[in-house]
Amino acid sequence: MKIEDKKRVLREMVLHRRFEERCYQAYIERKIGGFLHLYPGQEACCNGVMEAARPGHDYVITGYRDHVHAIKCGADPKEVMAELYGKETGSSKGRGGSMHIFDAGKRFMGGYALVGGPFPLAAGIAKAIQLKGGDEIAICFLGDAANNQGTFHETMNMAALWKLPVLFICENNLYGIGTSIERSTAVIHQHKRVCAYGIEAAECDGQDIDKVYAAARLAVDHVRSGKGPYFLELMTYRYRGHSMSDSRGYRSREEEELWKQRDPIFILRDRLIETGEMSMADYEAIEKETDAYIENEVIKFAEQSPEPRVEDLEKYVFADRETQLPWLTGKAA
Amino acid sequence: MANIMYWEAIQRAHDEEMARDPLVICMGEDIGVAGGTYKATKGLYEKYGPLRVMDTPISENGFTGLAVGASFLGVRPIVEIMSVNFAWLAMDQMFNSAAKVRYMSGGQLAAPCVFRSAGGAAHQLGAQHSARMEKVFMGIAGLRVVTPSNPKQAYGLLKSAIRCDDPVFINEHELMYNMKGEVPDGEYFHPLEGSDIARAGTDVTLFGYNISVHWCLKAAEILDKQYGISAEVVDLYSLAPLDRDGIRKSVSKTHRAVIAEEDEAPVGVGSEVIAIINEECFFELDAAPVRVHSALVPQPYNHTLEKATIPDHEDVVKAVLKLFGKA
Repeated sequence: MKIEDKKRVLREMVLHRRFEERCYQAYIERKIGGFLHLYPGQEACCNGVMEAARPGHDYVITGYRDHVHAIKCGADPKEVMAELYGKETGSSKGRGGSMHIFDAGKRFMGGYALVGGPFPLAAGIAKAIQLKGGDEIAICFLGDAANNQGTFHETMNMAALWKLPVLFICENNLYGIGTSIERSTAVIHQHKRVCAYGIEAAECDGQDIDKVYAAARLAVDHVRSGKGPYFLELMTYRYRGHSMSDSRGYRSREEEELWKQRDPIFILRDRLIETGEMSMADYEAIEKETDAYIENEVIKFAEQSPEPRVEDLEKYVFADRETQLPWLTGKAA
Repeated sequence: MANIMYWEAIQRAHDEEMARDPLVICMGEDIGVAGGTYKATKGLYEKYGPLRVMDTPISENGFTGLAVGASFLGVRPIVEIMSVNFAWLAMDQMFNSAAKVRYMSGGQLAAPCVFRSAGGAAHQLGAQHSARMEKVFMGIAGLRVVTPSNPKQAYGLLKSAIRCDDPVFINEHELMYNMKGEVPDGEYFHPLEGSDIARAGTDVTLFGYNISVHWCLKAAEILDKQYGISAEVVDLYSLAPLDRDGIRKSVSKTHRAVIAEEDEAPVGVGSEVIAIINEECFFELDAAPVRVHSALVPQPYNHTLEKATIPDHEDVVKAVLKLFGKA
């Protein structure tokens, strides 16, 4: 990554961190309902991979911890926050919520709440790319625990069999809800599991964005060049619980502190400061500007946006009826 | 009009749509090189090649999800699930992904997939190969369910389902693939909504769908000839949504209703049609509606027990006679 890109990405990562922390606060204030799965600690994963890919061009799909992936693909943070507030201006018009952020225009194909559900969907997106002959790739971000679903194995087999242009990113944060990987999974290193399907795979430190970027560069190039799927495992950690109802009783504060010493934002920040590219004061200014942006624009937009109309409750269940009449009534033009 | 078999009608719909649109593809177990368990995709592999006619591994949820993901980008997959029993495994992707994605994305994504599957009890296939599952599919928001009772419907419903922007589940029947019937020579699109009057009558309405339409038609014949009862047979080829208007109109004319289904009660087309009758035209009734359905048992292997599980035209006749106080 070029220095200018690193500086931009640092600013983005700060936005991602502060956005999520602000969501936490809004949840406590009961402005946000439902389930809320936050991303702090894992920022280098999404950012490093997407810097090596082409956001808005490549198709991205993920699970329910999806706000940051959407924003990184180009979704407007204001619309993502409005979605969390359940507003009509939200990225899914208030119908989706935290776990179902979508921005089809930016080729962010959504967050899905069934663990492992996006695996075959990603392969299907790749199948469509293959049929249409484009140079896009499909990127599927999921956690380690998703690999214990049948869809993981079924999809790895099909993706390898048909050489589909799909990149699987495993953000291994060591916990599936509240059960540690040692207690749920026979093999800790997830990239080893895809060897059975003949899929190229690698493992990488998920906290250091330079390392993630380098590994993702190889992975993206592999997939884009038509060599078939690739599986990249990023070792990372989520600071908060699985969701808001999780008090993290299953792990020690010492373990959390150990990981926080390898914070992805601080690693990049300190590197830029050490090389004289920026000062601590510059960094603090970024934080301040980010907070002001979130408060004055993102939250304000979400707060002031209208609720969906109850009359529109059934809108979007099916395609707009008028457009489907030839097939619904049999009176084809 | 061509007199062709149910499977030929399905094959023809595939062929015409695949010839028209390169983004129409089909996939499933043994559908390509082998030509399909019920021949519904015969010859397509040779014509369209392995990229568009995909022999899948035996991974129902996986390849169904793959089809759904492809449909997000405008591909029109026709997924064959060899037996509806295996569709249980694919329900996660059909229900959680295909049926909900339009809604939970606020209208941004759609999953215009067709899922075809052979349902129904054939001959002594036992508990895990004889399921009727329409009761499960018809209660899912965002999913259309149709079920053809003849080759014309099999052809026209598949044509419409492929064109429709909503996901459509097509419930076929293992015993019907070799049934012959008239299919228009020209292109024909059967409506995905509504119902057909398979036989007009005045004294009682027999509601059926898929194979039970044929029990109803046979029963109507017997009722007419032996008992002088004029039965109207309504073919509910659309199970989701059910045709409220068609149900109301027929019951308002005949004032009596029998619903015949191969699925088991409780829960199902019968209970739903009776609920609609109650809501739409309760005061038109001269007698309480009756449903004819399978026994609630895992399908037995033994021939005699199997026969005792599944209703037929005689059960429909008995139900009607009971309605008229003649049994």
